[in-house]
Amino acid sequence: MSISGQAAIVGIGATEFSKDSGRSELRLASEAVRAALADAGLEPADVDGLVTFTMDANAEIAVARELGIGELRFFSRIGYGGGAAAATVQQAAMAVATGTADVVVAYRAFNERSGHRFGQVSTAAAQQVNTSGIDNSFTYPMGIATPAATVAMLARRYLHDYGASSEDFGRVAVIDRANAATNPNAWFHGKPITLDDHQASRWIAEPLRLLDCCQESDGGVALVIVRAERARELAHPPAVVRAAAQGSGPDQYVMTSYYRDDLASLPEMNVVGRELWRQADLRPSDVDVAVLYDHFTPYVLLQLEELGFCGRGEAKDFIADGMLELDGSLPLNPHGGQLGEAYIHGMNGIAEGVRQLRGTAANQVAGTDTVMITAGTGVPTSGLVLTSS
Amino acid sequence: MTETERIEAAAERIAAQGASAPVLGRDPVNQAMVNTWTEAIGDANPVYTDADFAASSVHHGLVAPPAMAQVWTMRGLHGTRAEDDPLGAMMLALDEEGFTSVVATNSSQTYHRYLRPGEHVAASNRLENVVGPKQTALGEGWFVTTRTTWTVGDEVVAEMTFRVLKFRPSAKQAAAPEGARIIDAPEYSDGVLRPVISLDTAFFWEGTQVGELRIQRWGDTLRHPPGPVDPGGDLDVKPDYIVARGTGTVYSYVVHHHPKVPGKRLPFVVALVELDEGVRVLGELIDVDPDEVAIGLPVRAVFLRIDDELTLPAWEVVR
Repeated sequence: MSISGQAAIVGIGATEFSKDSGRSELRLASEAVRAALADAGLEPADVDGLVTFTMDANAEIAVARELGIGELRFFSRIGYGGGAAAATVQQAAMAVATGTADVVVAYRAFNERSGHRFGQVSTAAAQQVNTSGIDNSFTYPMGIATPAATVAMLARRYLHDYGASSEDFGRVAVIDRANAATNPNAWFHGKPITLDDHQASRWIAEPLRLLDCCQESDGGVALVIVRAERARELAHPPAVVRAAAQGSGPDQYVMTSYYRDDLASLPEMNVVGRELWRQADLRPSDVDVAVLYDHFTPYVLLQLEELGFCGRGEAKDFIADGMLELDGSLPLNPHGGQLGEAYIHGMNGIAEGVRQLRGTAANQVAGTDTVMITAGTGVPTSGLVLTSS
Repeated sequence: MTETERIEAAAERIAAQGASAPVLGRDPVNQAMVNTWTEAIGDANPVYTDADFAASSVHHGLVAPPAMAQVWTMRGLHGTRAEDDPLGAMMLALDEEGFTSVVATNSSQTYHRYLRPGEHVAASNRLENVVGPKQTALGEGWFVTTRTTWTVGDEVVAEMTFRVLKFRPSAKQAAAPEGARIIDAPEYSDGVLRPVISLDTAFFWEGTQVGELRIQRWGDTLRHPPGPVDPGGDLDVKPDYIVARGTGTVYSYVVHHHPKVPGKRLPFVVALVELDEGVRVLGELIDVDPDEVAIGLPVRAVFLRIDDELTLPAWEVVR
């Protein structure tokens, strides 16, 4: 038995993406879930399952109370920060495929700019009394204390091992921002950047510049998942979950897997990729649109390698000829990604995948039938392949 | 007042008191002490010990070695400092601020004439200066310089400047392995993110306190960061640790510019170092120009002593 083809995303909803929402995270979550249900043509009373991130501050029961969802038969949370994004859909798909629940909503909502900013040093993360806190005892006190810094350590080694450059990282940012510029829902709508802008931006954690780092955002996104047969009775063409996988690699840490033989790699994403190809019975050339998690540009290059779109260390050459642009053979993040649209912990990327399959995206890639979507990188992570049938 | 202001005020007050009242030595200059001292030192010059030889010398009689100047006014094993002794007062002031350890750093003496048996020497001290706080290999401290004047009657016969370092001791300094550099780094104590320590990792942090970079060992296998289970899966095996030599090369590094990190001064370098023993360990690379850092750079471990509870491992460039 496989999860492939058993479930579909039938509703997507979001709040506006901002830097200061002016309302509580629970309000954002509630609005996003309501919008997703309305998009699917369903009512709160139809929902019997909720899934979110362990990092989300809004308990499933709180969201259920606010929306009058009533009874829940399934509720679940996924760990490891942004690595949870695609796994919320995976859990929902497993729940509906097994009849554990009929209508599951996955959601993520936060005031990540006006409230708790992930880009700052988190004393709470450093001092949690559990194995993650113990892991962090070998990084935070030494000064590796922000997400950007954790990535910079690996990025430095990647540059060294493969002769890549800061400009290669910058090309990812330029593509994201070009796509955001023509997406009215993107925070950076109308604000493309050039490679020179990228090179002129200040250092955050060398070798990462400001424009290598995604933005911090306020907002919420929700996704409605039902069984595939039921999906075909609903308002929109379904985005079928063709593959859904989680992955963790050997000697895995959260953002600081610094003790593997090969530092310049993301083996956890390799696990996800292998499983996605197997479930979907597809090859890289079958993918029409790639929505790759882009909290930091270097990890987009590494994902292209780990997912098999190109060989190890070859990403800089793979992307050099415009491959990832909207008219290239593997359009990347048509919504603008998290650098351009918003940082909603990867959930806005899943919503973009659904829009591309429906044919309703702001930057629609014609004839999109197959979308690959990944979740947070550098952490235990997850991925999806969504198809139109 | 800050600690520094209090110490500087005490130094000013004590210096203003000038020289202490001269204190006579326990005994006059005497042959028994000269004999003992020259034997101990290995000075065979007969002008100090042979009355006939001395009589025929330029001195026309026995003289005491000039370098014994300080000997004649030593207080003896159970002696106490004079109440108005400025060095004693300054030591007390620094003790009160926590600079409780002392080490003599240097002295220089000037001899105006030879002393002869039977002369009774007196000593008087004044505080010349107090300089600090200084970061030293022993810890943070203050250099205290005094001037001693030796007199016979009203005649000045010898003088000495004497400098000591009064420092704040590192808790486990004495146990540090040879060559381990423990740096008192109180500036890091301002909000530095403290490690969560478990039963499995306590040995590592106990090691850094005594200047040891301890790496967990399971049989022949080194493991860092440490954990509770043998990598070979044998639950009956218990780990021990090695003390790493502390030398290695930079495997990768980050120059952190933004945002602020508690206890660190921007920008700073953090290096993932591959030790000679083959495991990687993370730490700040201190005292380095970021442009100087490259993968492969040789470094050695140093230890940043934050306070009695925490000492962080760090690196410095091998130059």
